[in-house]
Amino acid sequence: MNSPSTRTAELTEAPLFTPVDPAAPEAAVAPEDAVQAVIAREYQYGFHTDLDTEVAPKGLNEDVIRFISARKEEPDWLLEWRLSAYRHFLTLDEPTWPRLEIDPIDYQDMHYWAAPKPKGPAPKSLDEVDPEVRAMFDKLGISLAEQERLSGVAVDAIIDSVSVATTFQSQLAEAGVIFCSFSSAVRDHPEIVRKHLGSVVGPRDNFFAALNAAVFSDGSFCYIPAGVACPMELSTYFRINAADTGQFERTLIVAAEGSSVSYLEGCTAAMRDENQLHAAVVELVAMDDAHIKYSTVQNWYPGDADGKGGIYNFVTKRGRCQGERSRISWTQVETGSAITWKYPSVILQGDDSVGEFHSVAVTNNRQQADTGTKMIHIGRNTTSTILSKGISAGRSQNTYRGQVKVLRSAVGARNHTQCDSLLIGSDCGAHTFPYIEVKNDSAQVEHEASTSRIGEDQLFYCRQRGISEEEATAMIVNGFCRDVFDQLPMEFAVEAQALMRVSLEGSVG
Amino acid sequence: MLHIDSLTASIDGNQILKGLDLHIGPGEVHAVMGPNGAGKSTLSAVLTGRDDYEITGTVTYKGEDLLSLSPEDRAAAGVFLAFQYPTEIPGVGNMYFLRTAVNAIREARSEPTMDAREFLTAAREQLAALEMDQALLSRAVNTGFSGGEKKRNEILQMALLEPSFAILDETDSGLDIDALRVVAAGIERLRSPERSMLIITHYPRLLEHVRPDHVHVLQDGRITRTGGPELAHELEQDGYGTLEGAISS
Repeated sequence: MNSPSTRTAELTEAPLFTPVDPAAPEAAVAPEDAVQAVIAREYQYGFHTDLDTEVAPKGLNEDVIRFISARKEEPDWLLEWRLSAYRHFLTLDEPTWPRLEIDPIDYQDMHYWAAPKPKGPAPKSLDEVDPEVRAMFDKLGISLAEQERLSGVAVDAIIDSVSVATTFQSQLAEAGVIFCSFSSAVRDHPEIVRKHLGSVVGPRDNFFAALNAAVFSDGSFCYIPAGVACPMELSTYFRINAADTGQFERTLIVAAEGSSVSYLEGCTAAMRDENQLHAAVVELVAMDDAHIKYSTVQNWYPGDADGKGGIYNFVTKRGRCQGERSRISWTQVETGSAITWKYPSVILQGDDSVGEFHSVAVTNNRQQADTGTKMIHIGRNTTSTILSKGISAGRSQNTYRGQVKVLRSAVGARNHTQCDSLLIGSDCGAHTFPYIEVKNDSAQVEHEASTSRIGEDQLFYCRQRGISEEEATAMIVNGFCRDVFDQLPMEFAVEAQALMRVSLEGSVG
Repeated sequence: MLHIDSLTASIDGNQILKGLDLHIGPGEVHAVMGPNGAGKSTLSAVLTGRDDYEITGTVTYKGEDLLSLSPEDRAAAGVFLAFQYPTEIPGVGNMYFLRTAVNAIREARSEPTMDAREFLTAAREQLAALEMDQALLSRAVNTGFSGGEKKRNEILQMALLEPSFAILDETDSGLDIDALRVVAAGIERLRSPERSMLIITHYPRLLEHVRPDHVHVLQDGRITRTGGPELAHELEQDGYGTLEGAISS
């Protein structure tokens, strides 16, 4: 994927985006035009960069965990936390309940730590970041240079196990916002990290969360102080570069009373024939009247057309609306990975809190996705909305799995769920598993679902107007996803549409 | 311009068109009338390239074998169909759809494409002529449009795509008298010496507003009678039944 910054650069170059007359219909349709500019023909981020990389020996054991903790110069409490998670992990079995076919993962046959070797002392400014690292991000379309301020997006760039740069830190600090790598946060803000680490996704939450807690390397940390609207979008860009390496990052975002933040996450990986594991944990905490908007465009390497290689994306993402009237919105566009196992969820604890989940999941070729959300209503008058759009093409399998749980305390809880599936071709599958559990009679829970095949009539209508079949398919699919794309920040929306087209390449005809 | 000779079309083993001949010259407006099931919509589907049919015979368009072209190439060559039942495409803006179509065809013809502003100016002009609400441009293609709005949207597309051969398939069906007048005026305005039209209709009432040069009767997959505009009146009075003793629908 491209970075927020270059995307914005493209936008500013395109005259269409000059808002001449905001009321004109063109303002509403302009993003599609930019799609043309960012179209690629195939997975274009599959290159790998020869960085001088330090890796931990292959395998998973307490020594490796001590190695990671030592490399990160962590305090003892954190090492103990890791070891405790690891000992629990040893008692767990891999989950088998999703509708996924997974080749056995050999947890002893991968590296749990890989980091580009620093050339000399740690860089004190962006100018000192290894030029090869900078070149790699330039190639990905992500500029780490702060002078390119077109986007106004602060980026934390993570390669394999470590954060290599975080931009705009001083500007953010002026607003009181802390945005840094997880490792820096452990060093500089241990009290906040210790208070919230594992408070939403505990180290014993599930198999992959336990694994992550044991070996997590880096990730991003954000703290938005009370009453502050974060002055710019925050973004983390994850890159898997090294071979035979898993990526286990951990992200923690805490929004204090009355604050708000919009956070973007992007990911790509080098093309490799072996499957690589990505088992991340994301925790969000929103206090009274705080608002966290978390957007993901996931474009991990999906493997080749025959299903060889690709990332196993087994991620636990959860937010807690701890305060009253707090709000957490997840928006995800899932196009990559060989296998996706992911259920960004919201615990609606504070009264009148709001949880939202907007998702587009596209699978093509041999990809498999089992994704959805959990909305746990605890507080009074809590509201959740689920909007899921699944698109299956090729021989892929696409599953929506969602849980809406209304506890006895959740007086006046409301949920609306809509799940739509679109099939392209006849060899793919779409599946929907909604679980609803209501323990309070005052709750209103609605579920709507639809499955459709891409219409011959729609395709013919477009082709009769001179639009090619491929173009027409992309257009119809993007239309199908419109409600979700509308939730994304503009630059992400443009990129998401372009990605859809790339993902569905060759799925018609 | 268009030469159709001995055209047959079958679907699932049923022959719908059974040796149809029709010749349309530049700038001519032809009407094909006929009872339900005569093959009228099959004719428009075959001419625009729907691939559900087995076809024999020839169709030559501007000297080219039309049947060998893909639907989008036919569109680029200037063939346009105003659909009887325009398709809804949820989430795709009408304006974006129209401009994509116009530019796809312009590109295929190596003509310069239109930017958003140029296009908007052109579209607004046509909208006004068709007494259409500007808001229809920002809504999704045909989604939630009334029957009349869908038909006007077809004529809007025809005006913007500037085809050299337009097929109007039952464009008058489902229109109230005011909408019919506006749509007919829109069609009449697009009449030109460079543009031929084939109006397919069940009822003669559209032909009171758009006067055809030639009228053909299509029955049981063949043209059974050809005449001038007066033939439409005759049909209105006597129905299709008088023509071959067949039962009028």
